[in-house]
Amino acid sequence: MSYCLIVDDSRVIRKVSREIVESLDFRVSEAENGEAGLKACHTEMPDVILLDWNMPVMDGYSFLKELRSTPEGQAPKVVFCTTENGLEHITRALEAGADEYVMKPFDKGILAAKLHELGVLPVSHSV
Amino acid sequence: MTEAEFEALRVFLKARSGLALSPDKRYLVESRLSSVCTRFKLESLSHLVREIRTSRSVALEKATIEAMTTNETFFFRDKTPFDLFQDVLLPKYLKERASSRRLRIWCAAASSGQEPYSLAMLLKEASARMPGWHIDIVASDISTEVLEKAKAGVYNQFEVQRGLPIRLLVKYFTQTGDQWQISPEIRSMVDFRYLNLLDDFSRLGPFDIVYCRNVLIYFDAPLKADVLRRIANTMAADGSLLLGASETVLGVTDALTLDPAHRGLYSKTATANAPKVFAVAAR
Repeated sequence: MSYCLIVDDSRVIRKVSREIVESLDFRVSEAENGEAGLKACHTEMPDVILLDWNMPVMDGYSFLKELRSTPEGQAPKVVFCTTENGLEHITRALEAGADEYVMKPFDKGILAAKLHELGVLPVSHSV
Repeated sequence: MTEAEFEALRVFLKARSGLALSPDKRYLVESRLSSVCTRFKLESLSHLVREIRTSRSVALEKATIEAMTTNETFFFRDKTPFDLFQDVLLPKYLKERASSRRLRIWCAAASSGQEPYSLAMLLKEASARMPGWHIDIVASDISTEVLEKAKAGVYNQFEVQRGLPIRLLVKYFTQTGDQWQISPEIRSMVDFRYLNLLDDFSRLGPFDIVYCRNVLIYFDAPLKADVLRRIANTMAADGSLLLGASETVLGVTDALTLDPAHRGLYSKTATANAPKVFAVAAR
């Protein structure tokens, strides 16, 4: 079973995202900021990370730069899920190593399509 | 709306658009046509049916057909037909058309343009392998309303997120607030045209690749067979047809043959000059 880490400071968003990815047969962990997210990655490197941008302690962009600076941190597929919907933020995220970008609000269809495109969606959930 | 009025509407839609509404689709008619009633200041669906019968208003007929047409689409919908384009069809025709350097593609139910624009982006991505090639992408639909949207190439945040890889969004779209417009370069690659598949489209061809996805499911068997036969006639001898995942030619016509290696991909049957329509389809 693939493992997904949700890094978001909003408990509500984490809950909604968890419900979506669990329904897509992922095992899920949560972290409330970038620093907690990095700790979770050190414990077990996820297959997919859903990442918010604006968070206290360490934001999503800094988390991603830090993650991608290590060899093992190249492996996870990172999908930004954020209200930062401008082209400039999207371009920065891609340059920092994001694989996909979801603009909030989003639904299961959008997230499933992105995970399918990245090749990490279980076959039984093909869109 | 009385049973007789519903029946009259079914006959009208079948005759003018090919849409075969089953008797249990009464709720669909009621939900989709209420906005048409409001727009044309008609008190009820009964008035709408009467108006269509008596006034023969082209605008009302068109609005009624458009309201009953399903326009759901998104970029790279179902993924597989676009993987097939990239991995199978494009390499095939780059080889087969190397001397003419010409490729003609038809999206037969293009809706708001996401399908032909998806193909145009893939072709743009492959342009380094195709110097000097002339590509035609003809995209047709029965709804002028969705064709106008397609030509403008403007999509909301939800529409650009469903199936469109973020790198292609960044590369080929500009953002204005919550709206995203596809670049003039990609827009110029697609020729949008109004077309009712019931009408003669023989002069549109010949095409190397035809996408006709998720439209034949709304037609009854004889019409499906007729449209498929006429599509086959617009295809080059080695042309390819892609249907929707739930659609098939099996038991409908032998003018087209399924590629056993690729679901949804059909080629023109060698003997398609005199295609046979199966008895089941003719009933």
